[in-house]
Amino acid sequence: MPQFVELKNLEGERSEFRRRTAIAAIFVLVLFGLLLARFVFLQVMKHEYYYTQAEANRISLVPIVPNRGLILDRHGTVLAHNFTAYTLEINPTVVRDLDATIESLSQLIEIAPKDRRRFKRLLDESRKLGAIPIRTRLSEAEIARFAANRYRFPGVEINARLFRRYPNGTLASHVVGYIGRINQKDMETLEADGRLSNYRGSEHIGKTGLEQMYERELHGTTGMEQVEVDSGGRAVRTLSRTPPVSGNNLQLHLDLRLQEAAEAAFGSRRGALVAIDPSTGGVLAFVSRPGFDPNLFIDGIDPTTWHELNTHPDRPMVNRALSGQYPPGSTYKPFMALAALELGRRTPQYAINDPGFFTLPGNSHQYRDWKPGGHGSVNLHQSIVISCDTYYYQLAFDLGIDTISNFMRQFGFGARTGVDLEGEAIGINPSQEWKQRRFRQKWYVGDTISIGIGQGYNVMTLLQMANATAIIANKGTVWRPHLVNLVQDATSRAQRAVLAQPLRRLDFKPDSWAVVQAAMIGVTTPGGTGHRAFADAKYIVGGKTGTSQVVAIKQGQKYDASRLDERHRDHALFIAYAPADNPTIALAVLVENAGGGGANAAPLARTVIDFFLFGKPVTPIDAPAIPGAAANGAASNGGAGAERN
Amino acid sequence: MVTLYSASNQSFDRMETKLFNIGVAFAVMWVVANTPMSQVLRLAMPAYLAALALLIAVALVGDVRNGARRWLDLGVISLQPSELMKIALPLALAWYFDRYESTLRLRNFVIAAALFVLPVLLILRQPDLGTALLIASSGCFVLFLAGLPWKIIFALGAAGVAALPLAWSVMHDYQRTRVMILLDPSQDPLGAGYHTIQSTIAVGSGGWFGKGWLQGTQTHLDFLPERTTDFIFAVYSEEFGLLGNAMLLLMFLLVIARGLVITLNAPTVFTRLVAGSVTLTFATYAFVNMGMVSGILPVVGVPLPLISYGGTALVSAFFGFGLLMSISTNRKLIKS
Repeated sequence: MPQFVELKNLEGERSEFRRRTAIAAIFVLVLFGLLLARFVFLQVMKHEYYYTQAEANRISLVPIVPNRGLILDRHGTVLAHNFTAYTLEINPTVVRDLDATIESLSQLIEIAPKDRRRFKRLLDESRKLGAIPIRTRLSEAEIARFAANRYRFPGVEINARLFRRYPNGTLASHVVGYIGRINQKDMETLEADGRLSNYRGSEHIGKTGLEQMYERELHGTTGMEQVEVDSGGRAVRTLSRTPPVSGNNLQLHLDLRLQEAAEAAFGSRRGALVAIDPSTGGVLAFVSRPGFDPNLFIDGIDPTTWHELNTHPDRPMVNRALSGQYPPGSTYKPFMALAALELGRRTPQYAINDPGFFTLPGNSHQYRDWKPGGHGSVNLHQSIVISCDTYYYQLAFDLGIDTISNFMRQFGFGARTGVDLEGEAIGINPSQEWKQRRFRQKWYVGDTISIGIGQGYNVMTLLQMANATAIIANKGTVWRPHLVNLVQDATSRAQRAVLAQPLRRLDFKPDSWAVVQAAMIGVTTPGGTGHRAFADAKYIVGGKTGTSQVVAIKQGQKYDASRLDERHRDHALFIAYAPADNPTIALAVLVENAGGGGANAAPLARTVIDFFLFGKPVTPIDAPAIPGAAANGAASNGGAGAERN
Repeated sequence: MVTLYSASNQSFDRMETKLFNIGVAFAVMWVVANTPMSQVLRLAMPAYLAALALLIAVALVGDVRNGARRWLDLGVISLQPSELMKIALPLALAWYFDRYESTLRLRNFVIAAALFVLPVLLILRQPDLGTALLIASSGCFVLFLAGLPWKIIFALGAAGVAALPLAWSVMHDYQRTRVMILLDPSQDPLGAGYHTIQSTIAVGSGGWFGKGWLQGTQTHLDFLPERTTDFIFAVYSEEFGLLGNAMLLLMFLLVIARGLVITLNAPTVFTRLVAGSVTLTFATYAFVNMGMVSGILPVVGVPLPLISYGGTALVSAFFGFGLLMSISTNRKLIKS
């Protein structure tokens, strides 16, 4: 009997299957009928409409590139803006014989071989339709000459286009960065983010610095114009227009005049300086010297200049403040002192006797103090004021590497600060685990000793040093340093702050901060290593000098700068905050291969703090009118007139 | 061929490649057609498991291209396992229903659903919405033909409609854009709507008889992107017009009808389900592609079977034909 039931089931399944196949067939028929109906609709009923669009007057969709947002300093001074210039453009889909056209054009308008090369490159790269520029920034005379001969050149046109300009040249170039032509890699990134369509018509994209970091804010939204085009490719009339939306403006914490004062103070010396407002984490000055001129990159830098910039021994393209990694040297000592106090390993009264060197128990190797013969009896306050090495050799030995490493992590050492720039270096906050990972070696006690004076495996960025100094200045509030203060809508002027909350607080004993701050003030007062630079200052400064070794000095040898190659001399370092009772600026400065920090870095800090505290009066924030507000046309009102520097 | 010649701006390179692909495709079809279905039945589950393993591998270590993780770099060649799954999934499902022939319960359908939901989710994550939907639909065809109770079909349909807002909320931005653009292509005419507008113009301007071979202005003036692959139908349609389109629809319908006849006469549950799924999937591809080009479906990367340039698609189509032919000959063997 069961077999009978199964057979019956099979038969039932079979007929059910037939029915379902029939349903599927009907379904397919319906779908194809739908397609046929659609074809009839498009090809018969709407045929004339589409035929007109496609054949008689081709519809061309012209993207309208939005104005790129401006970059302004805290007082509204322009760091990056746009100006309109006329460009000669060729539409390769209309022009039949390109070479002949370019040849006869060059008799009217000067076209350099460089321009031709670039045009060819753009032609190869270009996947979109539309005009490709061959000459930019035409003069009035050239425009007039072309206008008179225009009838001879179908498919050639003059358009007003926006160009980026950095009116301050090399000043703050490492912060602002630059824009450059969109390359294949940029296209892939944009496509992956779903932003590619917004870049139709756009030729440039932020490549470094704030231009890169805030690309999404700065770029804006591309507009679109639907135009009827005649057979010669010329626009006949506009059918519809979606206006572009300008990119947002960026207002920085950075003070351009302070930046200028700082850069000037460097003169021809190489180095970096970062100044931070300890109450907000805003970056007031961000110097990396030497700099470069970002204007060189806008139209595509020529290979010779590019090669020069990259092979120059002073390496102007390297952002020393952001990605340069240096041993902090003695500027590390205030943080070691904080560790000692906070962890209860030293009292302010406790003093050591410094014979001029430190030895590990049972070992003859001498870790020498910078002062031969030593400082005698040294307590914590004096250890910072006179920068006693022996005190910190002993302290590092007593604390041990794990304790030091864990404590220093709180100040952000060995981690990116998260500043709003790409390419930040991490630095090294050395630990046993780090050495194992990096060198597959165990940690030796000897490694710990030189950590105490900011040497050994210890390296930091200037940004990290400045940020840590700001934490001392504000007694424990940790900010993520940031350059941009406000993002401003270009049309409505509505503003929004980029960062308003600190990351965390270090809840140390008030006494720990007080003792270390007092010692740092001691550094800049008579008897301190930084005193000379601040001799007649009208304010109180907390500071710390540092000198960081570039090459190791052998046991028993003396450091003699005059006998060393210039690039092997010590770096001069200084960290400071002022005014000491209510700090409004904290900074770190490094001068490469300049020698002692007190003599060579502290004066720079003095210049910057003087300017910051007593410089010209602060003018109210006010963004200037946007140059070249319309993407096409309205050309002459933009340009150089908007610079106010 | 003729259309590709036009679409590729009379490129003989493209023609050579296409000829080569056709050769390979015929070879594949011949091999498959001469493979007894019993062999295919045996290979179904291993093939499915292999494809699934590859998909998981892609999710873990796949190459990222254009922002999607779809490819597996095997040194010599790079493989897109979702292509493999297109063939393996219906085979595996058919194998499963074949095993439980006549003892089907609801439980079996749940297990079968799991078999196809897993790869579909993996492909969705790549993300590749188009392929995921196509594979899902091929799985659905098998479930439908295997006799998924109507009650459940209606319930799922209702649930699907109810879940639309949820689906909307988990979609990628660009996918949402594509749907929105379908409703109003003019809202992003330079971006995602561009394809639809331009291909609609191309189709519409074709008229009754088309502009003639090589005479399509819309397609030849660079207005239309991807005109040798997914949008080749726009070229065809512009140049051959409504008449050409009707002919093409008719030819597709003949192929589909033949497939359905083979399906009806297939001897076993396995062959029946395979034949049905292959045929209906073929129909879906044709419909989705032509629908997308003529602007009634969102733009998804689906080639037009047999017409689009692209080796993989051609080979998988012929692989399907091979299966149909094998099923058809098998039947004759059994009858005789």
